[in-house]
Amino acid sequence: MKVPVSITINGRVCEHEVEPRTLLVHFIRDLAGLTGTKVGCDTSQCGSCTVLIDGVSAKSCTTLAAQADGAGITTIEGLGDGEQLHPLQESFWNKHGLQCGFCTPGMILASHELLRTNASPSEAEIRHGLEGNLCRCTGYENIVRAVRDAAGAMAQE
Amino acid sequence: MSSRIFGSGIRRREDPRLITGSATYTHDIVLPGMVHAVMLRSSHAHARITRIDTEQAKAAPGVLAVYTGADIEGALQPMPCAWLLPDSDLKIAAYPCIASDVVRYTGDIVAVVVAEQPSQGYDALDLIEVDYEPLPSVTDPEAAAADGAPQLHADIEGNQAFHWTVAGGDADAAFAEAEASGVVIKERILQQRLIPNAMEPRGAVAQYSRATGELTLWNTTQNPHILRFLCSVVTGIPEDKLRVIAPEVGGGFGSKIAAYPADFVTVFCSKQLGRPVKWIETRSENYQATTHGRDHVQDVELAATKDGKITGLRCTVHAGMGAYLSTAAPGIPTILHGLMLSGCYTIPALKEDVYGVYTNGVPVEAYRGAGRPEATFMLERLIDMLAGELGMDPADVRRRNFIPKFDDGHKVITTLNYDSGDYPGALDKLLEHTGYAGLRAQQAAGPVNGKYLGLGLSSYVEICGLGPSQVAGAIGFQGGLWESAIVRFHPTGKVHVFIGASPHGQGEETTFAQIVASEIGVSSDDVKIFHGDTDATPMGWGTYGSRTTAVGGAALAVAVRKIRDKAKVLAAHLLEASVDDMEYEDGKFFVKGSPDKAKTIQDIALMANVAWDLPEGMEAGLEASTFYDPPNFVFPYGAHLAVVEVDTATGDVELKGYTALDDCGPQINPTIVEGQVHGGVVQGIGQALWEGAAYDDSGQLVTGSMLDYALPRADRLPPIDVISTVTRSPHHPLGVKGIGEAGTIASTAAVYNAVMDALKPLGVKRVDMPFTPERVWRAIQDAKGA
Repeated sequence: MKVPVSITINGRVCEHEVEPRTLLVHFIRDLAGLTGTKVGCDTSQCGSCTVLIDGVSAKSCTTLAAQADGAGITTIEGLGDGEQLHPLQESFWNKHGLQCGFCTPGMILASHELLRTNASPSEAEIRHGLEGNLCRCTGYENIVRAVRDAAGAMAQE
Repeated sequence: MSSRIFGSGIRRREDPRLITGSATYTHDIVLPGMVHAVMLRSSHAHARITRIDTEQAKAAPGVLAVYTGADIEGALQPMPCAWLLPDSDLKIAAYPCIASDVVRYTGDIVAVVVAEQPSQGYDALDLIEVDYEPLPSVTDPEAAAADGAPQLHADIEGNQAFHWTVAGGDADAAFAEAEASGVVIKERILQQRLIPNAMEPRGAVAQYSRATGELTLWNTTQNPHILRFLCSVVTGIPEDKLRVIAPEVGGGFGSKIAAYPADFVTVFCSKQLGRPVKWIETRSENYQATTHGRDHVQDVELAATKDGKITGLRCTVHAGMGAYLSTAAPGIPTILHGLMLSGCYTIPALKEDVYGVYTNGVPVEAYRGAGRPEATFMLERLIDMLAGELGMDPADVRRRNFIPKFDDGHKVITTLNYDSGDYPGALDKLLEHTGYAGLRAQQAAGPVNGKYLGLGLSSYVEICGLGPSQVAGAIGFQGGLWESAIVRFHPTGKVHVFIGASPHGQGEETTFAQIVASEIGVSSDDVKIFHGDTDATPMGWGTYGSRTTAVGGAALAVAVRKIRDKAKVLAAHLLEASVDDMEYEDGKFFVKGSPDKAKTIQDIALMANVAWDLPEGMEAGLEASTFYDPPNFVFPYGAHLAVVEVDTATGDVELKGYTALDDCGPQINPTIVEGQVHGGVVQGIGQALWEGAAYDDSGQLVTGSMLDYALPRADRLPPIDVISTVTRSPHHPLGVKGIGEAGTIASTAAVYNAVMDALKPLGVKRVDMPFTPERVWRAIQDAKGA
């Protein structure tokens, strides 16, 4: 049995009939063809699959596509406006907040959530806010710097 | 600008594709007609397979095929081991791609399902019936070497894969003397098994053409050229019909060096079905079957005089190799470990026995630092214990034994010739920068609210930039260790560079462009670096052992200098001058004294490409190729300090501060160097404080997912302070060394020493890593009881 699901991803409506067990991350990657969202684990620990559902961050490996029916999703591909990078993307680049890049889409979207709920976080608040996302390359140091930098840039906008 | 690009922390050119989600990793590849492979892996650590029934699985929806060990017979050769350690009685166990009679660890492949969709493949796995006759298993390397231990391979007595030794001086005499009139420090160190955890799981996409007999294999590899060679050996597809592509690769840390059975099983499936086949491991599968690191049981002893001068070192290591020998495995606990045993110190005599032991675990391979963290830890721990025994400050014991500063070679007892270093200088600068004396004074004031302060030092030197090839041959490595570069100037002066190495997060697309720019005066923006495709790039041995910049960067520099030489001749011709009268500066060639009439490298590139007016006998084009085989290894070094606070009520360890001083020679891009140190340090901290793979008594991996294996998280770490000194390597064209592994090599020992320093007033003598609160709390209670 399949269920019809309609999800607006980065402003584009995607309609597919899917098995009820289909995870949102697979809907995004395999059916919408947006592979920026990554799968790094199978226990909801790594956060590589983080996206925004109606503006709020969620791990798309722990969400069924059917649960997101009717929702608006933002993935890493939709974060900037196509011409200009989002300040978070710019800051991750400026502060060397990534190395292999695999955790980066999820890390940027988790940082987006952090700054949405706390526009001016302390270092400890940034570290706490990112503890649900794993990175093996950077030791988090430059990610923390990037988020702090982005908070400053966004405050000036 | 261009002359100053070397040493500039410019932003990485890799990043725009990574921060926008437009990079293509192996998992992201979609091909027409592509189907999906999923592996059935053994649920037993050690068992005989008595029956496999795949009929139901074959009939399941979407399933195209199910293959077992019987199906690959003759089609896939056993997995090769590529480091044939000499003089070690090496015994290589047969390592089939799919187990058909006996499984030897819980990740052994038993069958593969190919289905239209991954989900259909996973559903069908449950329909394969396998009858196992369980056999006794063993996962601890020392227990596996003991009499009466379960035997993994019928033809390999005592599970001993090899016995390797290194010796220099008369260690036994040194110990006899120390027993009589000096001090002897003994310790048992458990270097626990670690799971590398590159954030991108491993995977492969195989596309075999029945029409041409050609295979393209996309793979999450650190070394596509080695993989092509090994793929040819295992699958029988000739090298000329094989193309291996490492697309974007999401970290490796050693776990993507090896060739794996699943990669070749995927190739087999594509060949059988005539369709592209994708296999991507799950994270749990990564834990079960992608190589692990460390796993040493070390019994070590140090002889010294009563004033703290080291006179000898002896050790016996049981190194767990897992169920089979992975590609480079035998060289890790031996060559890369034992030859570095004297570290930064003058040690007149040493002796080490390393027993490589088969166990019912995941094969153990290189993991960031690969053998060197295990050597550094051993030495740095014993030195701190010696300091404790003699009532000296650990810094003073280090100073007492350091090799003095040297610029151009220093032979150590293990026969290595270190290139350059100033170990006392590094420690002094670290202590001054961190206010070490003040921290000691703070510690002496006693605990605050039951929290004890601890300081941990770690001085290290490492061997990296792996080459030269002649040495590789002598130590049994079944390959060369040179690197290659092709530099090609286009008519407009833009540059393409093709390298044999295969970066996967280290940023060499940026730093290598900086090398070109600094050597020949083009903008680094005009240089594009190609890597990771065996059809497009020259042969190279891969990215591991901190060798890409150290060896590949040297190849590139030499190639660009060849271009410069040719350009100079052409410029002289165009300016109607003698080559001897020509000068080069910042991308311009001119006759001495006439810099205003210069030919730019862009002018030269155009003329070389159109070839309208070349000197007699000069070939058209502006391109150079180099295969650089280094004359020696490089030896980066440094000194790190960890500051911890241990809560005696809970056993909780809080890392309060961490300072890393590293010397990797001149830094091409200091921002990237700093990032490498951050990541490396945190991986080493992870080993000391949180990480450890655990098997239960039946050989099941208890830490089988990210829920159970504790990785470093942002909220448990302090800011990492990174400083440096600069000592050129005398033999490298750019003077540079390597930085990828330095942090990990130093930091585990620094943190361990810090925690033990904090626990010293409480009488705690030893605790096994990782320092979980429970272990620390129990150690404190036990010490109280004693």
